[in-house]
Amino acid sequence: MGHQQDAYFVPAKSYWPIVAAVVMFVTVFGAAHWLNAPPGEAGFGKTMLTIGFVGILLMFFGWFRSVIRESLAGNYNSQVDRSFRMGMMWFIFSEVMFFGAFFGALFYARMFAVPWLGGEGHGVLTHQFLWNDYTAAWGTNTGPGHVGGDFQTVAPWGLPLLNTLILLSSSVTVTIAHHALKVGHRGKILLFLGLTVLLGATFLYFQAHEYMEAYRELNLTLHSGVYGSTFFMLTGFHGMHVTLGTIMLAIIWLRVARGHFSKDHHFGFEAVAWYWHFVDVVWLGLFMFVYIL
Amino acid sequence: MAHAATHDHHDDHHGAPKNFFVRWCMSTNHKDIGTLYLVFSLLMFFIGGSFAMVIRAELFKPGLQLVQPYFFNEMTTMHALVMIFGAVMPAFVGLGNWMIPLMVGAPDMALPRMNNLSFWILPFAFALLLSTLFLPGGGPAGGWTMYPPLSLQGSSTAYVVFAVHLMGISSIMGAINIIATILNMRAPGMDLLKMPVFVWSWLITAFLLIAVMPVLAGAVTMLLTDKYFGTNFFNAAGGGDPVLFQHIFWFFGHPEVYIMILPAFGLVSEIIPTFARKPIFGYKAMVFAIASIAFLSFIVWAHHMFAVGLPLGGEIFFMYATMLIAVPTGVKVFNWVSTMWGGSMTFETPMLFAIAFVILFTIGGFSGLMLALAPADFQYHDTYFVVAHFHYVLVTGAIFAIIAATYYWLPKWTGHMYSETWGKIHFWNSVIWVNVLFFPQHFLGLAGMPRRIPDYNVAFANFNMISSIGGFLFGASQLIFLGVLVHAVWFSKKKAADRVWEGAKGLEWTVPSPAPYHTFDVPPVIHDHELAHGHVED
Ligand code: HEM
Ligand SMILES: [Cu+2]
Repeated sequence: MGHQQDAYFVPAKSYWPIVAAVVMFVTVFGAAHWLNAPPGEAGFGKTMLTIGFVGILLMFFGWFRSVIRESLAGNYNSQVDRSFRMGMMWFIFSEVMFFGAFFGALFYARMFAVPWLGGEGHGVLTHQFLWNDYTAAWGTNTGPGHVGGDFQTVAPWGLPLLNTLILLSSSVTVTIAHHALKVGHRGKILLFLGLTVLLGATFLYFQAHEYMEAYRELNLTLHSGVYGSTFFMLTGFHGMHVTLGTIMLAIIWLRVARGHFSKDHHFGFEAVAWYWHFVDVVWLGLFMFVYIL
Repeated sequence: MAHAATHDHHDDHHGAPKNFFVRWCMSTNHKDIGTLYLVFSLLMFFIGGSFAMVIRAELFKPGLQLVQPYFFNEMTTMHALVMIFGAVMPAFVGLGNWMIPLMVGAPDMALPRMNNLSFWILPFAFALLLSTLFLPGGGPAGGWTMYPPLSLQGSSTAYVVFAVHLMGISSIMGAINIIATILNMRAPGMDLLKMPVFVWSWLITAFLLIAVMPVLAGAVTMLLTDKYFGTNFFNAAGGGDPVLFQHIFWFFGHPEVYIMILPAFGLVSEIIPTFARKPIFGYKAMVFAIASIAFLSFIVWAHHMFAVGLPLGGEIFFMYATMLIAVPTGVKVFNWVSTMWGGSMTFETPMLFAIAFVILFTIGGFSGLMLALAPADFQYHDTYFVVAHFHYVLVTGAIFAIIAATYYWLPKWTGHMYSETWGKIHFWNSVIWVNVLFFPQHFLGLAGMPRRIPDYNVAFANFNMISSIGGFLFGASQLIFLGVLVHAVWFSKKKAADRVWEGAKGLEWTVPSPAPYHTFDVPPVIHDHELAHGHVED
């Protein structure tokens, strides 16, 4: 084999992919079985789901551990690094499209479905024959069937605003940490990355609080018509992404503490930072379209 | 950069591992993973095909003969899901896996372990999907389009949704891998505009996949939460709308049909120049046509919903946008024909399938144009005319291209020639019976026979019988294909040359046949004259 730059790198065989396929299967099979179990009986679905989920965690742990070892051994040349970067970028793009589906549902429900049910333009006849006492409204009791009962919406200028500020500042702190990494200032990285993790955790705490308030005091639940559906699915999926992002940031913090990254070799850090910015941008969309408007 | 360490971890250079499990389940080798994909796809092709045989048997005569209506509906639903996600898409990924690294001078895919995961998810996903047929509540029977509220009935919803999630994860990872390979692993000198058209078509298809598979995941997630967690996305009483599902689904669905045809365009664009012994006519136009088809595919989705009650403005917009796609599609057909024009053509099996593709796909395109006329579609929608349309584009389009590519590259994969005689027998049987099978369905549809029903008016009896006969014989013809494959892989004595076809150009023909376990460990030196598109002037 010639000079490093002239040769390609192909990773060694690994059992993690097949393990991953198996645990994913166990998880979803368990979940599907559980969902179909008669009320009160969890059956073996719940057990399978749990096993599968733990398996997924172990798989991630094992797979990433082997990748980190290879990276530390200096196996990954700049070409591999570029492949990883592209992989992460396109993965984030796919996530954007996933959220796009739910934003699309929100816009459609709000701009078309609900007004049509109220008899606007296109929906005259449906309204007249099926729901003629229904007046279209968004954010009170959405839908003519009064599904989930009356509710109130979460006021945007309280906790959501605070959460917006929290996420925005966490984007700043992670960027400061990134700059510190580029000049090799480990103490500063740890400080600002640590702050980012804390901000992420605070965001989640407030969101949990907001959910509880919505359920207890506002009667805003997942069942509150299509408003509740879009509200909780959008903010819920976003919250799941924040959770994942926070965990990943914490892992990166540990890796920084162990000296895994160098000035010019720190893809893991950047991937998580990109992910964090993505989560941030999605939140801005949510704040705008779910809370304010 | 530690050289010794690199060597330690480098995949072994000395051919395939002996251990079966290690070789196939832990693979990081694009050729082995490509083979897995292709074999899986073939298996799914026969499973999905057997469902089709049940459908055609029941429709052989009017009246309920063989199966219960619910089972019939399960068959139409499963046939589509298995063929689309199990046969056609994995076949393209398998061909991409095998050929893209060889065509661009890469040692392997950019992310080989993820590649292995992308494949191994699929058998599990289809185990999950097919298992529903044996569950107490039965399998999905609401059509592959999964429209609520129908698809929310029964107990299979969760299984189907999770199976679709798994397939989506697999496709997205496969697509990311292909993009990273094409953009990052090309040998020096393999400029983007010197790449084979097949590679271009996959680059664009991969982008479509990453853009729309997550949207499908979102749509089916909403089905799941509507059914099991009390959301109201598709429930009018809660302010939702079942039509919303159709919008989201077809935002995925129409790009999806192009996901199933763009790589086929790429394949045919490789095969026709080889056997016409002329470079492809209008290389750049071909690339731009693929790109513009991909772009337009995002803004035509509601042509599947003309009859659902869209606002007038919507009907008109989607009608014209759809018809616009005929322009770049026309460019492609024109260029294939022009490539053949004045060429010194020979008609080996791959070329026969490719020519049949050009002609029969065009028929499917024309019926598509008829369907694109919103007022006319009010009549045609949900009839056998639609069934005829999409089978012309998918069977004589996508599947014929896959079969053509299999014959084209099989000698490169196995090192042996397949039997040309039996290949031709396979071709003539396929091309005749597929038309007997699907052409009468146009007439049935125009006369008003609805799709997805187990019984029909006696007025439709004759054409249905003809169609069923064509169906059985087309199905049987594919057993010939199986025979040709088995013979070529295990029994053929006839060695293949490195450049299997006289007129073939491109890097894949510079490596030995069969292609060694590892190729291009070191970036190859590329000579423009070896490439099909080495000199791009215009
Ligand atoms: C010239 C280009 C095309 C046009 C104008 C076109 C137009 C249409 C229209 C308007 C429909 C809806 C018919 C209805 O349900 O009433 C349709 C259905 C369909 N088309 Fe095409 N099409 C084209 C090409 C393709 C291609 C290339 C493929 C796939 C390879 C394809 C696959 C399908 C499928 C699968 C359906 C039926 C989906 C379902 O309802 O199950 N079409 N097409
Ligand atoms: Cu379409």
